[in-house]
Amino acid sequence: MNSNTPSTSAGGTGSADSTAPRRNSKRPKYSRFTQQELPACKPILTPKWVISAFLLVSVIFIPIGVVSLFASRNVVEIIDRYETDCIPLDSRNDKVGFIQSPQDKTCNRTLTVPKRMKQPIYVYYQLDNFYQNHRRYVKSRSDQQLRNPGKEDDTSSCDPEDTTADGMRIVPCGLIAWSLFNDTYDFTRNNQPVTLNKRDISWKSDRDHKFGKKVYPKNFQNNTLVGGARLDPSKSLSEQENLIVWMRTAALPTFRKLYGKIEVDLQAGDVINVELQNNYNTYSFNGKKKLVLSTTSWLGGKNDFLGIAYLVVGGLCFFLAMVFTIIYLVKPRQLGDPSYLSWNRNPGGR
Amino acid sequence: MDSNSNSYSQLQNENSSLPDFIRNSSSQRSTSSIQSFHSKASGGHSVKEDARLVYINDPEKTNEKFEFAKNSIRTGKYSILTFLPRNLFEQFHRVAYIYFLVIAILNQLPQLAVFGRGASIMPLAFVLLVTAVKDGYEDYRRHRSDNIENNRLAWVLVNDQFQQKKWKDMRVGEIVKISANETLPCDMVLLSTSDTTGVAYIQTTNLDGESNLKTRYAKQETQMKNPEKEKISGLIKCEKPNRNIYGFQANMEIDGKRVSLGPSNIILRGCELKNTSWALGIVVYAGGETKAMLNNSGAPSKRSRLETHMNREIIYLSIFLVVLCTIVSVCHGAWLRRHKDDLVLMQFYRKKDYSEPKVDDYNYYGWGMEIFFVFLMSVIVFQIMIPISLYISMELVRVGQAYFMIRDDRMYDKASNSRFQCRALNINEDLGQIKYVFSDKTGTLTENKMEFQCASIGGVDYSGGKAISEDEQTGYSLRVEGQVFRPKMKVKVDPELLSLSKQKHTDEGRHVHDFFIALAACNTIVPLTVETSDPALKLIDYQGESPDEQALVYAAAAYGFMLIERTSGHIVIDIQGERQRYNVLGLHEFDSDRKRMSVILGCPDNTFKVFVKGADTTMFNVIDRSLNSNTVKATEDHLHLYSSKGLRTLVVGMRDLSASEFEQWQSSYERASTALMGRAALLRKVAYNVETSLSILGASAIEDKLQQGVPEAIESLRNAGIKVWVLTGDKQETAISIGYSSKLLTSKMTQIVVNNNSKESCKKSLDDALVMCKKLTTDSDATRRGSGARKTEIALIIDGTSLVHILDTELEEQLFNLSSKCTVVLCCRVAPLQKAGIVALMKNRANEMTLAIGDGANDVSMIQMADVGIGISGQEGRQAVMASDFAMAQFRFLVPLLFVHGHWNYQRMSYMILYNVYRNAVFVLVLFWYALFTSFTLTTAITDWSSVLYSVIYTALPTIVVGVLDKDLSRTTLLRYPQLYGTGQRQESYNGKLFWVTIMDTLWQSIAAFFVPLLAYWGSDVDRSSLGDLWTIAVVILVNIHLAMDVVRWYWITHAAIWGSIVATFICVMVIDVLPFLPGYWAFFHIAGTKLFWACLFGITIAALVPRFVVKIFIQYFRPDDIQIARELEKVENSRESRDAEIEMNPIFDPPRR
Repeated sequence: MNSNTPSTSAGGTGSADSTAPRRNSKRPKYSRFTQQELPACKPILTPKWVISAFLLVSVIFIPIGVVSLFASRNVVEIIDRYETDCIPLDSRNDKVGFIQSPQDKTCNRTLTVPKRMKQPIYVYYQLDNFYQNHRRYVKSRSDQQLRNPGKEDDTSSCDPEDTTADGMRIVPCGLIAWSLFNDTYDFTRNNQPVTLNKRDISWKSDRDHKFGKKVYPKNFQNNTLVGGARLDPSKSLSEQENLIVWMRTAALPTFRKLYGKIEVDLQAGDVINVELQNNYNTYSFNGKKKLVLSTTSWLGGKNDFLGIAYLVVGGLCFFLAMVFTIIYLVKPRQLGDPSYLSWNRNPGGR
Repeated sequence: MDSNSNSYSQLQNENSSLPDFIRNSSSQRSTSSIQSFHSKASGGHSVKEDARLVYINDPEKTNEKFEFAKNSIRTGKYSILTFLPRNLFEQFHRVAYIYFLVIAILNQLPQLAVFGRGASIMPLAFVLLVTAVKDGYEDYRRHRSDNIENNRLAWVLVNDQFQQKKWKDMRVGEIVKISANETLPCDMVLLSTSDTTGVAYIQTTNLDGESNLKTRYAKQETQMKNPEKEKISGLIKCEKPNRNIYGFQANMEIDGKRVSLGPSNIILRGCELKNTSWALGIVVYAGGETKAMLNNSGAPSKRSRLETHMNREIIYLSIFLVVLCTIVSVCHGAWLRRHKDDLVLMQFYRKKDYSEPKVDDYNYYGWGMEIFFVFLMSVIVFQIMIPISLYISMELVRVGQAYFMIRDDRMYDKASNSRFQCRALNINEDLGQIKYVFSDKTGTLTENKMEFQCASIGGVDYSGGKAISEDEQTGYSLRVEGQVFRPKMKVKVDPELLSLSKQKHTDEGRHVHDFFIALAACNTIVPLTVETSDPALKLIDYQGESPDEQALVYAAAAYGFMLIERTSGHIVIDIQGERQRYNVLGLHEFDSDRKRMSVILGCPDNTFKVFVKGADTTMFNVIDRSLNSNTVKATEDHLHLYSSKGLRTLVVGMRDLSASEFEQWQSSYERASTALMGRAALLRKVAYNVETSLSILGASAIEDKLQQGVPEAIESLRNAGIKVWVLTGDKQETAISIGYSSKLLTSKMTQIVVNNNSKESCKKSLDDALVMCKKLTTDSDATRRGSGARKTEIALIIDGTSLVHILDTELEEQLFNLSSKCTVVLCCRVAPLQKAGIVALMKNRANEMTLAIGDGANDVSMIQMADVGIGISGQEGRQAVMASDFAMAQFRFLVPLLFVHGHWNYQRMSYMILYNVYRNAVFVLVLFWYALFTSFTLTTAITDWSSVLYSVIYTALPTIVVGVLDKDLSRTTLLRYPQLYGTGQRQESYNGKLFWVTIMDTLWQSIAAFFVPLLAYWGSDVDRSSLGDLWTIAVVILVNIHLAMDVVRWYWITHAAIWGSIVATFICVMVIDVLPFLPGYWAFFHIAGTKLFWACLFGITIAALVPRFVVKIFIQYFRPDDIQIARELEKVENSRESRDAEIEMNPIFDPPRR
């Protein structure tokens, strides 16, 4: 028997006190949050609520619809599409050839004012089918270069219009600037020139912060292919408002850009002569060019869509409110009727 | 006393065909049954060739050939160096991240760069970073605990002296000395212990949670040796490290003898030595190869059903994505073809680059390549069509849901001080769709706390026991030298029997006396004295492997027969204050053949008696009926009565041995227990010889107490349309009686019993049962049509032997057909693997969600097989919990878990998936519509940053908040109408139809959101950035209002999240627009200054949501589902209550529960 032999170790290490029971309760601390009993609002769609909601929507929507339709109707708009008419008849077979040729492209248009137009009258050019939102196009610009004179070399994003053929940096670089619209319009009424204000047609924020006051055009339109207007190298970019307007690329393939403002009222029946230089090539992709004179309303330009949409939605909601009222009267269902519960409807069958 | 046989060695082949757990389906029969099993099939050869060789006390030689693992453990996954690569590697196992990565890489190619580089990488980087930080922190904690563990000290024999050594330096082959209450550092074979017979008691709480003491034995061959004085050398051949904590096969060559070792000779890492002052052992498995560490792996990951279904819809979405991309790219190709001659002059295309001396195409690769590039680009732009962020939000939502489940006060068990545990985080929503519940019986439905209820002694039934209230009576206690000893557990006593037990001299009194001696002596219970806070009071705690025996010993103690001491040679029983010493001359352990055990006692009056206790079936065979036939008859009647009450019964008998009989027995017992070959068989023969012609003493009845609330829970589950099956290892009668007491079975049910021994008979009874089933159902159909009576309910009772012939054969189909017609199925006598087999049968064939709940090691396979596995963290151990997905303390928590949390989780998650699909698709469609107006070149009006932030900031939080917090119905309603659970079972909240309806709705909403601004601004001078901002804000508002429409309960958090997100979007858009180097500088401020902008926003929101609203109210009004009605009920009742409250001038709020 060796029950008491190795005495060196008998219970020597008193480390095993882990058996001491721990009496701290693990009971979850009670709070309304942990028990998911937070106070809550639980709205329920009673017929009353539903009907009032529909009525409320129609009460709001129909007046807004009417008002905006009126606003849109009150806008006077003169649209003159000229891209075909401004090509001499003999050149119409080769429009692209004509537009690329150096000959004189002056074109006279006559507009009649249908209704009295109050100043300011906005003069827009409208391009159709011109994808200013094309991926190649949109990316081809350098915002750093535009605002910072030190970042002149930042043309990496401007392909394929970053440098001239001999490697000089272009300012402003990129396809957008390169393709600057270059038709020009001059207005006369009764042989009196109508002054066109071309200042403040761009966003002030752009002039102040986005286009540098010390950035001047360099090597612009010096390449083989000229895309559009040239810029005055002595004027800083922040003063070149037509460029600034153009550089705010349009969202949609049919768009208008502000050309200038006429700051006198035009009377109904006034005849306005426009002498325009038809320089811009939209013929290569069948793009339309239009000249637009328009007043504005509180809601913007002439567009009936929103007014109609509001009227339709408002009317629909009114109709639905009626339908629901009828249903509610004809076939009422008591809320919370236990007999509708599936196991009460067909007992036994699961 | 050493009951191990030497002869059963080397039975690997026999054993390996059996699943690991079968050998111990219940702890009650662990050691002895294993050994008897082994000895039956003798004659195998040595442990397999690839065995592990351990040279005792010679670690150098042991580790010479193969370097066995050292004893240091490493649960941490990473080291500082490997962290980054390994963590990234593991993270990219998720498909979602791969998708993110591929898209981000595509976007880096110059031809495809759609988004800015930063914008495209940011979300991936963010997610990776968050996950990495989380993983790193978890790993740091693991490392810390490893360190503590590795640096603990133990006494190891080095150069014939015991020295302290760190755990991590211990090696296989070393001899270790463990003192009482110390934790074992590794798996070791016992060599010797402080007890002369080589017994050591261990507690395995850390390993399997069982808190009772288990006995382990040192071999006699090594018990006598003292390694410090004489060198021990020998060789142990044992099996390779494995996970089976109840199995061990080895043999030991020592002193030229070969000794076999079994599970009773090994003590495992993590156990504690108790009641034994020291033990010596030799390390056989160390460190990561110990059984405890091998068992340390977590539960296998399961995938929720909703997610599986979602993956199907994700495939639809991918197809949709491919269609969109194809449309864009093909149209782009067509456009290029049509304009192929104009491309050079077109200002906005300009194919040629004149800036180089050599004029070349700029970024133009032929229209075939262009189509391909546009396709890839559109994949990048439309990437969020696949709602990858959904996977991340789902994980977050599940964490939130788990938080609430764990914190639920109503799933906290006071008795065991345990909360609900979420071990798996990805199947929360499955809890709302369960159709089948498979439950273990012992420890799950019942408490596994045996309580002595009543006894039949000498043919008289004593069942008038009353529960003892604390103050009334303190139960039997014993005074010795000013100290009071009292049993730890109180037992209710029958007063009549109590008075009888005190009479010594009547005939009845002697009978009772013998009965209780039998209860106190005929067992393997070890009494332990436990100190209490009162120094004069000591509690006696009876520890043993069988809860039945514990109950019986406590009962005997309550009647004044208190077992005080047990050594291998004798026991001391205090009989009514008088200490009596009985010599235990022999003990025939319980085995599954005899189903009884016996003990031969040398009594103080020098007589020899054999006491036997066992199951009634086998006991009546060895009871001499001629002795007192009336008593036998009466006892049989009582037994019948007891078992019909669901009590567990044992019959007790005894016999006086004459001196000659005793001598004869003793000599054969000694011969048998020292035999080298076939020891167990010989011992059994000896037992058979002595356990004959017994006189009956009586029978005991023990209640296997049902857990609190089990019948109610089962009834609720049934009402919810959940089928409850009970799978138990118990015998049929017990199972049926528990079935009745738990209301699983009712007297109205027709019982079909399948109880067969061969395949043919199984087939026949299944066929018969099916025919009967059909008849019953058609009958009841007929009667129902006539009288509207309830459907006849059928209960199927099937036993394990029949299942052997059914599972994995063609009969499975029949069993499935039969059981799907039954309301209740009870399987008794089933082995653990069969449990899993049954679960698999229903899971695979019925295509319904299954839940398995159990508490013991024998339930592990079933828990892992079922869709949802729940472990009861109660009496039997932690094995089930370790394998489970969720763990809780009580069966009845299943009701709140499924009906409340399961329902909520399911509803929330279903809605979240649909909503996220919608949310992303709306945005993608808006981008897509715009692509049609950019000559298919995928310019986005919405800025890159908004595209990226859309699912990260603009819309992420509300869906998570709603997914965590929204409740479609209150807890009370859900518990009141269990049928509401059917929503999940029928998959009403997420299915293919709802998905397509959502897609249609998405289509309309995207059209409204896109075309209203488009038409309103058509032909105006609006610029791209301004219109993009309008679209961004319109979509975000739309998507958030859509969510708001579906929120049921508005908490302040919900308000904050939804309205906050809209505000956050405005702020983000503004911030993006004040950066002058972005093209959209100041755009938002310009457009937000116009009234048209606000008119558009308002119009879009209403126009887009009207159809959804109309459909919603029409469905709610004309075809209300159960949830809708219940919600209205809640509202109606609430308002009624508040009206009542007003009348009483006594506002009733939810009573604060604390």
